[in-house]
Amino acid sequence: MATKTKKMVQWNPTDIKEDMLKKYPPKVARKRAKQILINEAQESGTPEITANVRTIPGIITMRGCTYAGCKGVILGPTRDIVNITHGPIGCGFYSWLTRRNQTDASGEGDENYMPYCFSTDMEDKDIIFGGEKKLEAAIQEAYDLFHPKSIAVFATCPVGLIGDDIHAVAKKMKDKLGDCNVFAFSCEGYKGVSQSAGHHIANNQIFRHVVGENDEPKEGKYKINLLGEYNIGGDGFEIDRILNKCGITNLATFSGNSTYDQFASCHQADLNAVMCHRSINYVADMLETKFGIPWVKVNFIGAESTAKSLRKIARYFGDKELVDRVEEVIAEEMPAVVAVREDVLPRTTGKTAMLFVGGSRAHHYQDLFGEMGMKTLSAGYEFAHRDDYEGRHVLPNLKVDADSRNIEEIEVEADPERFNPRKSEAELKALEEDGYEFKEYDGIIPDMENGSLVIDDLNQYEAEKLVEMLKPDIFCAGIKEKFSIQKLGVPMKQLHSYDSGGPYAGFRGAVNFYREIDRLVNSRVWGYLKAPWQENPELSATYVWE
Amino acid sequence: MLLRHTPTEIADRSALTINPAKTCQPIGAMYAALGVHGCLPHSHGSQGCCAYHRSTLTRHYKEPISAGTSSFTEGASVFGGQANLLQAINNIFTVYEPEVIAVHTTCLSETIGDDLPQITDKARKQGSIPDGKDVIYANTPSYVGSHVTGFANMVKGMAQVAAPTGVKNGKVNVIPGWVEPADMEEIKRLAALAGVEIILFPDTSGVLNGPMSGHYHMYPEGGVTMDELRSTGDSIGTLALGEWCSADAARYLDSTHKVPCRVLDMPFGLQATDRFVDALRTLAGRSVPDEITNERGQLVDMISDMHQYFYQKKVALVGDPDQLIAMTEFLVSLDMWPVHVVTGTPGKKFEERIRELTADLPYEVNVKAGSESDMFLLHQWIKNGSVDLIMGNTYCKYIARDEDIPYVRWGFPILDRVGHQYFPTVGYKGGLRLLEKILNVLLDRTDRDAPEQSFELVL
Ligand code: SF4
Ligand code: SF4
Repeated sequence: MATKTKKMVQWNPTDIKEDMLKKYPPKVARKRAKQILINEAQESGTPEITANVRTIPGIITMRGCTYAGCKGVILGPTRDIVNITHGPIGCGFYSWLTRRNQTDASGEGDENYMPYCFSTDMEDKDIIFGGEKKLEAAIQEAYDLFHPKSIAVFATCPVGLIGDDIHAVAKKMKDKLGDCNVFAFSCEGYKGVSQSAGHHIANNQIFRHVVGENDEPKEGKYKINLLGEYNIGGDGFEIDRILNKCGITNLATFSGNSTYDQFASCHQADLNAVMCHRSINYVADMLETKFGIPWVKVNFIGAESTAKSLRKIARYFGDKELVDRVEEVIAEEMPAVVAVREDVLPRTTGKTAMLFVGGSRAHHYQDLFGEMGMKTLSAGYEFAHRDDYEGRHVLPNLKVDADSRNIEEIEVEADPERFNPRKSEAELKALEEDGYEFKEYDGIIPDMENGSLVIDDLNQYEAEKLVEMLKPDIFCAGIKEKFSIQKLGVPMKQLHSYDSGGPYAGFRGAVNFYREIDRLVNSRVWGYLKAPWQENPELSATYVWE
Repeated sequence: MLLRHTPTEIADRSALTINPAKTCQPIGAMYAALGVHGCLPHSHGSQGCCAYHRSTLTRHYKEPISAGTSSFTEGASVFGGQANLLQAINNIFTVYEPEVIAVHTTCLSETIGDDLPQITDKARKQGSIPDGKDVIYANTPSYVGSHVTGFANMVKGMAQVAAPTGVKNGKVNVIPGWVEPADMEEIKRLAALAGVEIILFPDTSGVLNGPMSGHYHMYPEGGVTMDELRSTGDSIGTLALGEWCSADAARYLDSTHKVPCRVLDMPFGLQATDRFVDALRTLAGRSVPDEITNERGQLVDMISDMHQYFYQKKVALVGDPDQLIAMTEFLVSLDMWPVHVVTGTPGKKFEERIRELTADLPYEVNVKAGSESDMFLLHQWIKNGSVDLIMGNTYCKYIARDEDIPYVRWGFPILDRVGHQYFPTVGYKGGLRLLEKILNVLLDRTDRDAPEQSFELVL
């Protein structure tokens, strides 16, 4: 195809980096240089990258705000909590159904407020005189209309500035209403440097106000929680299907397809499986400290990764019955996956990808591309921290700065009654000696090839440059990036809220993804960018019938 | 049921908005600014607002939407955003090289009280604004008005660029209001047919309905140029389409530069288009060519051909004031019955206009504007008095599905269908398209529900 002729020329990552930086004012260039890393094996371990730092004003970033991370990402998929945005109308409006979180509220009497948008719609008088009264009235109106079991309140930027005490209002209303758990999030958009701060604020409050509220025993032989899975495009449904099939009970997903009660009962699980390390690793830590539940990192993106993660869970429980069942399930599921993979491989092998998303997806999806014989030229996160790049061993060295200081770290102690170490010291040690990894995540960098470019908080200008220079066969990012990339003639797949389709997790998800990428990189449309008269501008015509 | 918690019984609300029929000012300012050639909109606040506005516009247009942000962190929120904006202006002109930056504020910078003219002035003195380049601005506090207000404010910011030379340019300023790129194109086509030279601002045609060519142009061909904007002060008059969207800018040009203005309804449907064409013709002193009269005749023709399907059909409408006024008039002209009309944008005058337009119908219209006038209320009205058709943005599909009512997507945002970028709904041609859309959903429903013995081939 005409558009593909220039690709796969030899490129030198140092030149690419230099080229990306050369147009910036010196101060910007210096800052960005530290966030653009050429991957290379170093004797002393993983190379260091700068991450989780402020975006430079005027630079067209992919990032959103703390509120988006809190209300949009973490609480977005909670269907039976009435989520009220306290602020002017916009913030609530834009986070209304715009992420593709699916939820199954088909049970008799199930509550589902996700199709609704609740806002205090602050007006100038509320900004001038304070919005606490209006918030209080709004909570009352929501309660009178719906009688939900829980109401959550989210602060937007102006709220923090005018000093409304949303926590006091929430507390007051909780006491007044009696049968409704009301709590609030100080997730003003200016706190922190990205959505990531919002995840933290959200998870802290869920942990503080909901987790452990329900001690009614939950049935299940192998009980786990799935942390950091948001059921975009039905990913969580597919993972649940597989877990069920294996006989593993998923008590709570944080927070895809979740309910209030799932969070409230999650302390009864025996293992926490962490999908998205960025958005929730601290909750896993807190659950371990408070209740004694160990955690492991898993990844259900990619068929091989799914199999690996299932085996990891089975091995933790150490029951032969479960280990065998997991093998059976994998053996049953894989043929369909392999069949589709074999079908697409001839068309996808050797193609190249770039991924700039998340949290964790820029890492996880490399497994899927790998399964299709595709190579990742460059990748990076939108809002991750150094540990997501370099691995958790850097955690002790991370410096607290003016922005991260804003984000509360909850001090957690062992619960006097309910702390119960699921495995004894000796058992944990035995597993670890056998190569089993608890609380471990090595980050994206070690999994990427030498010479590939790892770029934090990529912006529009750099994205365009990268695509022009490296001509990947596919580029993955979010909705804001989608169409500028596609105008360049390169297919673009959204990997935050998949633009369409899904699930892409688990076995069936892998099949969907193989087909989707095959469709995208081989679509006929990329061959139509030039009109015939642009390809052959000569004016002379030849007449066959002359 | 997706909206299973919406009760039929309506209780008064004074604090809680549910399923809003509006959004916030800056997105309107951003949309308007994209209608200036070579312009990069800039959101002065924390980066979340900008990300949200860009995402929503991108989903609506399926086109790249670029905009800068001052990326406030806590420090800026406490000490003011001047340093951030100065840095942003410098970085933007260096890296993205626009002709002009259109700065709008957000709730945050408004609450802090940042002074845009003063900061811009400082940027110029510091040499961050290259010669021949511009920064325009608008204050867009979202706790006042709605996205429509923000649009109007930025359009007024454009009018403030006017620099009359004293020599008339023989052109008519047309302020189209918040309509689609295809609508702006249609307005230009009508004016050209009528032989009237216009300056259309903003003009998003050629910007938000661009081609795919293998190249990405951050600043596409379209948009009103800064030179044209400067020249609006020399025009022979201004036609402002829509009181809410366009009147402020027109009145500014009138009172400041003596460019006489007329405020008209947006040209949706037969009569509003009639008035627009008539005003254009008289202002410019041209006669209307047969082409336009014929287009009008085609619209009248289709109305008469299909009148039986429109007659006394009840309609629920949600959207923005200027659009709703014109649409209500159009529906009444078809002998349809708009029974419920809701907008989140405040305006007493809106309610009055809708009452006037429906005054001689045998029922009292439900109409409400402003806070708590939301889609939750609209849904409750529908539960209490069912309709044959819903018209509004994509969020209406939840109501339409739950209540099983035919539904036409119209307004902003449309997140799940295409067409609005390319096919106008203003003018006579646009009227034809609206009729086609309405008929399609009504007749699909007739076909779906007809018993076998009365299912008909010809309708
Ligand atoms: S803070 Fe204001 S400007 Fe920003 S999204 Fe919310 S309502 Fe809009
Ligand atoms: S106002 Fe603040 S909370 Fe709301 S969208 Fe903007 S940055 Fe986010």
